[in-house]
Amino acid sequence: MTSTTEQLTEQLSATTLLRFATAGSVDDGKSTLVGRLLHDSKSILTDQLEAVEAVSLSRGQEAPDLALLTDGLRAEREQGITIDVAYRYFATARRRFILADTPGHVQYTRNMVTGASTAELAVVLVDARNGVVEQTRRHAAVAALLRVPHVVLAVNKMDLVEYAEPVFAAIAEEFTSYAASLGVPEITAIPISALAGDNVVEPSANMDWYGGPTVLEHLETVPASHDLTGCHARLPVQYVIRPQTAEHPDYRGYAGQIAAGTFRVGEQVTVLPSGRTSKIAGIDLLGEAVDIAWTPQSVTLLLEDDIDISRGDLIVPSGDAPATTQDVEATVCHVADQPLAVGQRVLLKHTTRTVKAIVKEIPSRLTLDDLSQHPNPGQLVANDIGRVKVRTAEPLALDSYADSRRTGSFLLIDPSDGTTLAAGMAGDSFATAKAVQAADDDAEWDF
Amino acid sequence: MTTAATVHETADNSEHSSPYALSHLDALESEAVHIFREVAGEFERPVILFSGGKDSIVMLHLALKAFAPAPVPFTLLHVDTGHNFPEVLEYRDRAVAEHGLRLHVASVQEYIDAGKLRERPDGTRNPLQTVPLTEAIQQHRFDAVFGGGRRDEEKARAKERVFSLRDEFSQWDPRRQRPELWQLYNGRHAPGEHVRVFPLSNWTELDVWQYIAREKIALPEIYFAHEREVFQRAGMWLTAGDWGGPKDSESVETRLIRYRTVGDMSCTGAVDSDATTLDAVIAEIAASRLTERGATRADDKMSEAAMEDRKREGYF
Repeated sequence: MTSTTEQLTEQLSATTLLRFATAGSVDDGKSTLVGRLLHDSKSILTDQLEAVEAVSLSRGQEAPDLALLTDGLRAEREQGITIDVAYRYFATARRRFILADTPGHVQYTRNMVTGASTAELAVVLVDARNGVVEQTRRHAAVAALLRVPHVVLAVNKMDLVEYAEPVFAAIAEEFTSYAASLGVPEITAIPISALAGDNVVEPSANMDWYGGPTVLEHLETVPASHDLTGCHARLPVQYVIRPQTAEHPDYRGYAGQIAAGTFRVGEQVTVLPSGRTSKIAGIDLLGEAVDIAWTPQSVTLLLEDDIDISRGDLIVPSGDAPATTQDVEATVCHVADQPLAVGQRVLLKHTTRTVKAIVKEIPSRLTLDDLSQHPNPGQLVANDIGRVKVRTAEPLALDSYADSRRTGSFLLIDPSDGTTLAAGMAGDSFATAKAVQAADDDAEWDF
Repeated sequence: MTTAATVHETADNSEHSSPYALSHLDALESEAVHIFREVAGEFERPVILFSGGKDSIVMLHLALKAFAPAPVPFTLLHVDTGHNFPEVLEYRDRAVAEHGLRLHVASVQEYIDAGKLRERPDGTRNPLQTVPLTEAIQQHRFDAVFGGGRRDEEKARAKERVFSLRDEFSQWDPRRQRPELWQLYNGRHAPGEHVRVFPLSNWTELDVWQYIAREKIALPEIYFAHEREVFQRAGMWLTAGDWGGPKDSESVETRLIRYRTVGDMSCTGAVDSDATTLDAVIAEIAASRLTERGATRADDKMSEAAMEDRKREGYF
């Protein structure tokens, strides 16, 4: 092995993984930005580019249409629009990236929710000529609802406003105050031209007044893991491992992916919903015994006592257990074509547990454009965001989504055909307070 | 607003000093193990598609780790095109024996011999796998079928879910996919339907190779540079053999080559290479300007939507 390969191997292994999502209106240049990130980070390979060039040429287009790289389905290419979330992969020497490339059309809010649900960062694109528009507010609201930790505002097409700092500053100011009011924890604004390549991968020579990072530089350096010391530790039990072999006659391990926080050998734990307690006797990290494990590691816990634990249970530190409840209040994004109505019987999937549930109430529906509340809509349809109250057949150990994206989220599923109806976020969100207010107002007027 | 300057200051300390940061390989491994355990917890009759290629070998390795020290709670299914590399079949049988697994084989050759499938004029058997695969799924009533497909392989695959619902004809309808949120996979399906599961969805070719190197996983020899008799067809180096090559107009030569993918001999091309070790293979892939499938798969070149069309019919 040459020293170059050694260096290369070391460089490749020292990387971490960042998941991020892009959001932008149809003409904001999202495909161009994605194309530029992939192209300038040398992630588009020759045969892919040749295929795009060949198709573009056969359609009579002069330049290769980079959107063809991302529009993978026949219907998308035919219509020239992006229908569905696609996941793309690229790498630099510092980091690996999983990009959830989400469509910008209004009717595909659910796709942005899908992309944002696993993202640690969202890039919201704005056309510098148009500034913050309704769609921008919608994207900011979705990022805030899904609690994406980092938001980048990419003010695009700076080349069309003569790279003027005041234009950028005004948009950054307006967006930042709006997003901050929704509770977005961190916002970074970057002036770019995706078409000309300014501040995407290379720093711009046209905007000396900007001293910050390029988009790629920011993606490479933003924190991807969080300080877990203050997190409530949670292990949803996925599967009980019992070899029952001559070699391991008594092994009984509770396998799962740590959803939040850390677990240590010797720690006193409680199993929910039963409330039984025990102590962690050992932690297997995929065949290797460890003293401590943390999210998102997949592990197997061994307990000192032989207690009844099965898939769907939640192991937590004793003294830091969430309350269990059969009455779930949440903000949901409706993701199916069939509606969700008051009185409907559904399945609720929370971590590894799926229970029967009934929709008791839909107190409000939210309009993302202006964040206005519409009380008691009766039902939610595709792409609606609203508050729901659900009664479950069994108690759930549910955290607030604000505390844990993983143990505070759930799906509502249609039991008849298995369709995923809605994505739920338990507890309060910015959609809560005003909804109650609006409903009260209405009640007063009615009588 | 976080100013650009603050971002720079905070970036480095949080990234590399965090004791809780997982390497990208650890993160991918953990995610894949989670997917295996979800399937074990929620399905009755799961099966792993095992071709003896690197992706399915990595899948099996992950499954072994996910349930250790207990055995893998899944059977294996191999769709044998009849034109497989002998080294790969040997590897398959060794792996099955070593881990005490159960293997089902669906044979394309048997379908052809029985008149249920017809040989294509170009001799490619890859597309012919779909019928034996889907019939095996129905016959054994498999309800979850693990595939080693990765989203980085192909643009239609980039649109594929980790849990992909297939109807009773095994068809994929890209417009009717369930949104996949958080790590909450919805595996509900009606009798007769099944779910294709792709635990390596978020892995790239390089990730797979780096993981193989890290975990010291043995592979069939054809992945490493060796001398072989090959001939050129449609810009690709194909292995000469009984399956139907070379034709009179094609001439055989001995070249130093290796394979990047392992599939049917009739459509899997070799690449010129002197990479005889894992490190050399990783260096070669990191420097390559061609995608895995672009370099070595004839069947993807048939049309712009070749993969999408095959997937719609039930291909993995």
